[in-house]
Amino acid sequence: MDQEDRRMIDSTYFYIVLSLLFIPVILAIIRIIKGPTAPDRVVGLDTVNTIIIVSMVLFGAATKEVIYIDVAIVYALLSFISTLFIAKYLEGGEF
Amino acid sequence: MIDWLDVLIIIYFIIGVFFNFLGSVGLLRFPDVYTRLHAGTKCTTFGSIFLCLSVIFMGLKIWWDGDSNGSVLAFHTGAALVAILLTNPTGAHAIARAAHRSGVKPFGAVVDDLEKIPTRVKSSKKEGKR
Repeated sequence: MDQEDRRMIDSTYFYIVLSLLFIPVILAIIRIIKGPTAPDRVVGLDTVNTIIIVSMVLFGAATKEVIYIDVAIVYALLSFISTLFIAKYLEGGEF
Repeated sequence: MIDWLDVLIIIYFIIGVFFNFLGSVGLLRFPDVYTRLHAGTKCTTFGSIFLCLSVIFMGLKIWWDGDSNGSVLAFHTGAALVAILLTNPTGAHAIARAAHRSGVKPFGAVVDDLEKIPTRVKSSKKEGKR
């Protein structure tokens, strides 16, 4: 009973942190919309990706499901690859 | 009755959310691509380190309470943290190099010391033609 009670308190804290992490995502999306040049938008996209990875990890910890954290690892590597390719495109270089 | 590990987890939550807020506010307020990159990458990486550490501590606490699912949670979160730490600075470096080579000048810059350095794109073009 005591352990269940403590775990419930922890999962509510995780959900509170998840709802607080929406605000940096919204601010970064404002930067994506406003950004004067293309690298500004890429910087905002990178920030959104990092915050989404962390919130996937927090959601997996809140629901005690490990599969969300595996999805977060794959999402981190895929967002890294997409950032590298967008940077290569902005350089105007060949691959 | 509050466990001391719960207090540590909540302190790490506060540090992580605070630095994510700082990163996004700097992303809005700074005048330049490079300073925005500085804010949006470093602060977000630091905040995500602390949020992942709080999840690792919670997994270790669940494991200590007798559930073997917690150790899997902690190790996979450690793998996600290593992925973030490896990929985030590398992507930021690629974005900064691409921004400099595509001609974005820093805000208020007078002298560009990197201008005389020949870029590798031209040399790769020369190598591709032979």
